[in-house]
Amino acid sequence: MHEFTYLRVRDAGSAVAAATTAETVRYLAGGTTLYDLMKLSVETPTKVVDINRLGLNQIEVGEREVVFGALARMSDVADHELLAARYPAVSESLWKAASQQLRNMASLGGNLLQRTRCAYFRGGEPYACNKRAPGSGCAALQGQNRSHALFGGSRDCIATYPGDFAISLLAFDAIVDVVGPDGQRSIPISQLHLEPGDTPQKEHSLRDGELITRIRIPATAAGLASTYHKVRDRESYAFALVSAAAALQIKDDVVTEVRLGLGGVATKPWRAKEAETFLLGKRLSEATAREAGDLAFAEAKVTDQNKFKKELGARVVADALMIAKGRV
Amino acid sequence: MPDSPHMMTRRDTLKVTAAAAVAASVELNLGSTSDAAAASMAFQDSLSTSLKINGVDHTFAHDPRVSLLDALREMAHLFGTKKGCDHGQCGACTVHVDGRRVVSCLTPLAQLEEREVTTIEGVAGADGALHPLQQAFIDHDALQCGYCTPGQIMAGIACIKEGHATSPAEIREFMSGNLCRCGAYVGIVAAIEDAREKMGA
Repeated sequence: MHEFTYLRVRDAGSAVAAATTAETVRYLAGGTTLYDLMKLSVETPTKVVDINRLGLNQIEVGEREVVFGALARMSDVADHELLAARYPAVSESLWKAASQQLRNMASLGGNLLQRTRCAYFRGGEPYACNKRAPGSGCAALQGQNRSHALFGGSRDCIATYPGDFAISLLAFDAIVDVVGPDGQRSIPISQLHLEPGDTPQKEHSLRDGELITRIRIPATAAGLASTYHKVRDRESYAFALVSAAAALQIKDDVVTEVRLGLGGVATKPWRAKEAETFLLGKRLSEATAREAGDLAFAEAKVTDQNKFKKELGARVVADALMIAKGRV
Repeated sequence: MPDSPHMMTRRDTLKVTAAAAVAASVELNLGSTSDAAAASMAFQDSLSTSLKINGVDHTFAHDPRVSLLDALREMAHLFGTKKGCDHGQCGACTVHVDGRRVVSCLTPLAQLEEREVTTIEGVAGADGALHPLQQAFIDHDALQCGYCTPGQIMAGIACIKEGHATSPAEIREFMSGNLCRCGAYVGIVAAIEDAREKMGA
């Protein structure tokens, strides 16, 4: 592991001040991604700012919005009874991720910024990876790419965004509040993560020194009839092959609101807008759910190794919609 | 394996094989090639961290890079906590911090100022009587080689206390972070169910 200096801070202002420097700085929360990648010499900060004593761990399920502090831990949020009752998709997207040990450690803000599991990214030298070493190429394009993206890829990178929580947040149009050297601002979750394009090393729209402080979900009745359906190679403790966050409102037997997020298949959290548009005003049946699933994956760009996800993905979307319907 | 020019070296292949035994992800873990460089670096004891381990006060002068796992084994000489993957994928290094289960390999020691750590050495009674879950592991043959056992027991105790051990299915879900290559899972689930009753949870 590379050498670094460690600094513990007690408030957000001090954290931002400590991070406003020419050094390569990383905020340390749970450490489950950062410290792991530092052991692999993929992350090489020269300064680590420990933000664990900032507080920022509130969990409020209100009538107008749901508010999470960025340092709330995944396990505590997953187990929050009112959240699980009103927004089951959000709770499920947390407890179906990682292990209880990691969920006890990992913060929500850190989870959003979790980095890809692409083996060529994590593997370090000598593997080509434009995300880790810009300009070195992408070993995944012709290599092991069973788990790589069907959506949002580029000639430079097809690494999958691995998280679950962000998928449910995207379905609910969550907002991420940040503080930085230039003050506070709010970022729609749909604009937090970036497609790789020709700068795959740039994964999010946060500016240098910016720190996530809160995550907010505008209240919606569609939360009640929601699910995070995650299909993996094994039943627990694995990254998604395909996942779908689905949320619905149905009135007079027709869909009046529908939200669909896709995980495990794209370079960033992905919204299946065409499938949503198709379902609005329709009766939701096994047949229309499957049609929506096919639409969600119609534009998928597959490789030989991940082409199975097109059929699997359509089925996961259809199943997620029917699970959500069962909760209306 | 990928075709050339993306062929892995033999050394990496060995690492992948080793990592696959404990891989949390279905994706390849190609391992790090930087071990040699890290070993040659000067070790700087620039930090001081004070914490309680099994009720005993400790203060360690240490390099910022040190993990709780390495501190437990190499500094406190508590060898019960095991290093499996060192990447948070196998659960062998599970301990409790302020009563919550964590993987000590991904916990920087520097984070633990004023915290309380409990390891497998700290769960038996003051009179030496085994913890109910330790006894249950013996009673239900919940181990073979035993390497994962300290982590399984620390995770199991927490699983019961959290209230996530109400059924075999729930135990399996909430113990999925602890891998057992010997495949003693049936015994482990039975031991946790048994201890749950004895712990009154």
